[in-house]
Amino acid sequence: MSKRVAITGNEAVAEAMRQINPDVVAAYPITPQTEIVQFFADFVSDGKVDTEFVTVESEHSAMSATVGASAAGARAMTATSSQGLALMWEVLYIASGLRLPIVAPVVNRALSAPINIHCDPSDTMGARDSGWIQIYSEDAQEAYDNLIQAVRIAEHPDVLLPTMVTMDGFIVSHGMGNAKLLNDDVVKKFVGEYEPEHYLLDVENPITVGALDFSDWYFEHRRQLADAHTKVKDVVLQVAKEFKEISGREYNLFDAYRLDDAEVAIVVINSAAGTAKTVVDELREKGLKVGLLKIRLFRPFPHKEIAEALSGKKAVAVLDRADSLSLMGGPLYIDLRAAMYDSPGPRVKMVNYIYGLGGRDINMEQIAGVYDDLMEIAKTGEITQPVTYLGVRE
Amino acid sequence: MASLKELSMKEELLCGGHRACAGCAAPIAIRQALTAVNTDVVVGCATGCLEVTTTIYPFTAWNVPFIHNAFENSAATVSGVETAYRALKKKGKIKRDIQFIALGGDGGTYDIGLQSLSGAMERGHDMVYICYDNQAYMNTGIQRSSATPKGASTTTSPVGSAVPSGKRQIRKDLTEIMAAHHIPYAAQASPSNWKDFTGKVEKALAVEGPAFINVLAPCRLGWRFDPAETIELMRLAVSTCFWPLYEIENGVVTVNHKPRNKKPVSEWMKKQGRFRHLFAPGNEDLLKEIQEDVDRNWDRLLAREAMG
Repeated sequence: MSKRVAITGNEAVAEAMRQINPDVVAAYPITPQTEIVQFFADFVSDGKVDTEFVTVESEHSAMSATVGASAAGARAMTATSSQGLALMWEVLYIASGLRLPIVAPVVNRALSAPINIHCDPSDTMGARDSGWIQIYSEDAQEAYDNLIQAVRIAEHPDVLLPTMVTMDGFIVSHGMGNAKLLNDDVVKKFVGEYEPEHYLLDVENPITVGALDFSDWYFEHRRQLADAHTKVKDVVLQVAKEFKEISGREYNLFDAYRLDDAEVAIVVINSAAGTAKTVVDELREKGLKVGLLKIRLFRPFPHKEIAEALSGKKAVAVLDRADSLSLMGGPLYIDLRAAMYDSPGPRVKMVNYIYGLGGRDINMEQIAGVYDDLMEIAKTGEITQPVTYLGVRE
Repeated sequence: MASLKELSMKEELLCGGHRACAGCAAPIAIRQALTAVNTDVVVGCATGCLEVTTTIYPFTAWNVPFIHNAFENSAATVSGVETAYRALKKKGKIKRDIQFIALGGDGGTYDIGLQSLSGAMERGHDMVYICYDNQAYMNTGIQRSSATPKGASTTTSPVGSAVPSGKRQIRKDLTEIMAAHHIPYAAQASPSNWKDFTGKVEKALAVEGPAFINVLAPCRLGWRFDPAETIELMRLAVSTCFWPLYEIENGVVTVNHKPRNKKPVSEWMKKQGRFRHLFAPGNEDLLKEIQEDVDRNWDRLLAREAMG
């Protein structure tokens, strides 16, 4: 059914793309995503995919051509990182506004300036309001699994939304790890054929795509976009259920790790979750009631479920590898605090740690220190510093 | 080659009811171009006058599949559509023969969309890009573009006491830039010469790979002329050799129309409000310079044709 391999994140994602075998891929190389484009170009040249590969001259054109291909009726993909995603910005909103189920892996990398090629999810965090579904991955296995599931989620008739699947640059994209890959035929059957209802190449039923809305219609169409996002959660869970049947691996809206009876918890996203889980295990061995919540689906944000999972905790720390510069903490923290505003029970004490920008490592001692802080807050009920920059020279 | 009567009997692929100004050359040009299409066709268009006037939801003036993505990516978008066609045809999901036309104004083509266009042409997509060149950003209210002729007054190159000339820079020669991509077919045309233009569209569609046609499209508001004279403005642009009709087929230049009596460019300019200031005392040198530019370009074109 599946094979266990040592693989990097980029290799795993490229493998998933080969198995998905999309009709069109339009992509432009950028560190640390470059390998994905190169691996995929090899698949094309070696006849391992049926895909038509468009070697565009920029990420703006990558997303533009992907929009054209998807609107034409093809299953279309691209891939990018950082500045590339920033250059796609304008067209990201068009892809979601036109309800095109494009799937794109994004290898998280810091944004300039200063220029930096290493991981932090500032790129995709900035695209959080673009109308794309965002699914974050801890390691190569998750990136592979999430990408395959993303095709089904994006193309579900209740959804029809573009979907990006992220993983950390270098740490995951270039780091070798164990992963179980599915057989080609299993993935092929799982993703199925893309059969759009309306598409440009259906010339007998001509449609106009990208029409002009004045104030008499724009609001309704944007409201429909919001409505589509309300359907995502159920589809994500349904697809996860089906995926478990073919893989044995379980996915949810988020990952609750030793959280149920925890008194204090950390909320974390992407690769730092692996390090943090090890810290949780060590502290648990000492008898401390600590837990962890790892974000998977970030857009749309499963705020009710997350609030329920964290309600009753004495203190929660949100770890952000991105800053919002709002002086209210990182993007994850701001959303978490908003979600917790309506959580049942007494107000949960919440703090934010902004760490690891530009790929700086976060280590186990630092995470253990965050748990120490949380236990102090739990004991005293007092927060001295809501937002802390962790591991930086001040 | 169909006769004018035959062309007029064909179904309108860009139909009436759109909101373009009376006397606007853009829909005239595109309707003419579409008469040359004899297969199924998908059209893409950059943001601009043509797009906003033809696709006001819940209406559309397009009787063919149409896509508008953004301002600077008409060529990239249609390259995606054309690629999807090849992919789905290969899989047997599409059986019919379909042609692809990308459209843009001079803003979306000469300026903000130049990179996207250059990329699509270089990659060799089987598509025809038609630029309707009205020589400024007309949709946002007559701002200068790199296609605006020297001396024209626009809202961002206005005539003032310190700048009596209007736009100071010479216009970019986009047709030559496209030809420099070594695409199989590049041409310049004008709807005033319908047979030449529709013939060029036929040729452009017939070649395998990318083709580019630059078509003159006077804007009555931006150029400031009587809307009844749109076609006359095109004729004068051709007969003064300001807008030469020519084509480059696999590198070979052919000048399609050589006016027997080449008129002074001022005859074309005099009919347009955007050049009015040039005829006031003090601008004689600039007028002379503009005529010299036209002469030099024309002579250079004839010399290139002679080289074969």
